[in-house]
Amino acid sequence: MKILVCISNVPDTTSKINFTGDNKSFDKNGVQFVINPWDEYALTRAIELKEAKGGTVTVLNVGEADAEPNIRKALAIGADDAIRVNAHPKDAYFVAQQITAIAKQNNYDMILMGKESIDYNGFQVHNMVAEMLGIPSVTPAFKLDMVDDSTARLEREIEGGKEVVEVKLPFVASAQQPMSEPRIPNMRGIMTARTKPLQVVDAVSAEAKADYVGYSKPEKKGGVKMIDAENAGELISLLRNEAKVL
Amino acid sequence: MSVLVFVEGFNGEIKKSSLEAASYGNQVAQQLGTTATAVAIGEVHEEALAKLGEQGISKVLYDADSRLNQFVADAYVKVIAKAAQQESAKVLVFSNSNIGAAVGSKLAVRLNGSLATNVTTLPKTDGGSFVVTRGVFSGKAFADVALTSDVKIIAVKKNAFEVSSNGGSTATVEKLSADLADADFAAAPKETIMQETDGGVLLPEAEIVVSGGRGLKGPENWHLVEDLAKALGAATACSKPVSDLDWRPHHEHVGQTGITVSPNLYIAIGISGAIQHLAGVNSSKVIVVINKDPEAPFFKAADYGIVGDAFDVVPKLIEAARALDK
Repeated sequence: MKILVCISNVPDTTSKINFTGDNKSFDKNGVQFVINPWDEYALTRAIELKEAKGGTVTVLNVGEADAEPNIRKALAIGADDAIRVNAHPKDAYFVAQQITAIAKQNNYDMILMGKESIDYNGFQVHNMVAEMLGIPSVTPAFKLDMVDDSTARLEREIEGGKEVVEVKLPFVASAQQPMSEPRIPNMRGIMTARTKPLQVVDAVSAEAKADYVGYSKPEKKGGVKMIDAENAGELISLLRNEAKVL
Repeated sequence: MSVLVFVEGFNGEIKKSSLEAASYGNQVAQQLGTTATAVAIGEVHEEALAKLGEQGISKVLYDADSRLNQFVADAYVKVIAKAAQQESAKVLVFSNSNIGAAVGSKLAVRLNGSLATNVTTLPKTDGGSFVVTRGVFSGKAFADVALTSDVKIIAVKKNAFEVSSNGGSTATVEKLSADLADADFAAAPKETIMQETDGGVLLPEAEIVVSGGRGLKGPENWHLVEDLAKALGAATACSKPVSDLDWRPHHEHVGQTGITVSPNLYIAIGISGAIQHLAGVNSSKVIVVINKDPEAPFFKAADYGIVGDAFDVVPKLIEAARALDK
């Protein structure tokens, strides 16, 4: 089974977010980058499936050279090889076209990724790729198992419940917890990752359709009003009469 | 040219998030000097569809094919694409739900359109541009995005827009048929399992959320969260450690890697307020924090705070909430 896992390189969840250049670009200064946590659920599940059924896991990143430490980390966790499409990921549509171009050359049985990235929160790329390739997509899935060699069984979250879906390979799925328990690379993994193939390819010509023109941050809160624990019930009347939310 | 809004049903009624999307779509239509049409699928009462007139929708296209009662992305896309073509829609509006964002993404490819999800503002349309603001960095920032294609697709963040009501207007309901084939249902779910919602409030749709953290010491104490939620008509949620410990199901986990909520009122009990948790809740309109540690970082993000033991404080809140006249 050939599995493609798409990962993005994102600011660590604890990062403070700032912008530079008249709020036109994200300030990478002092920010640690990690594999997008949602993508890690997809990556570890892919590795688990490979360990159980055989096959290969290829990691794909559409990004610039500064993503390579985290691509190596994915190899250290257990992916077999990696591809980096050398491009600034302009928008979801652009990224989806790059993934689609790689997928068309390689006949993957499944294409997995996180349900969204924690930086741009699009929830778009997986469904765009599925549509471009004309194959089914199951998003967001929190369970993925093989029924037989050609069919997978997934559970996906819907508002207020879940759905069980069986699809024939190939398909696209996006992951969320608790699809798998992300792994920390061990020393042996880190050593072998150094020699695993990481291929850098040029981007295909593709258009972006959303132009990020500026950024802003949420307004600061006006300060907290403290209520004495002895008179906790007073909170309820403040919420009704002052905040007017009850 | 018109604005087309996709509305989702739930138990025969239209979801609140879709009423918000309809209200948004109507305002965009007015901005552009056109009208807003809705498209609905599956099991929705016709009276509920006609009532979309209150949100300014003039016409509803309705495909009642019972195979659409379950979400099947490819079939939904076909129906909405047909409606878009019929109406020459240039702006398509969805709720930023798992369904809306999925279908919107596929339509962006099929209709060659520009897509923005998680949108929090009406478009700015000066000088022929079309710019919307969307939430990015998991609630820590906003981005202004220019949608450059002829067709614009917008998935509106839940609870970011009021449901408008112009009283009494009704929309005309017209049948729509997209001639769906069996192949369109290849990825149809085998089974749909709905949660027991008890009070009937879904977390992503909720206007009030009561959330518990490790400070509650164990799942056996969750009646405090549940009773307060019930008294306030709220949904229940939890922090990441709580779902990691299996005290509560994963779908209740609110935060950067859980779900993002933006209710009118978020009450956090025994949650310290790690930056990842704040990211999931900081667009809530009013935040209440109850924690016995006065240094808990969550107080900095709160509107109201109580320093105290949840086991003393919450019963008092429950009592006061039950005494409110509804």
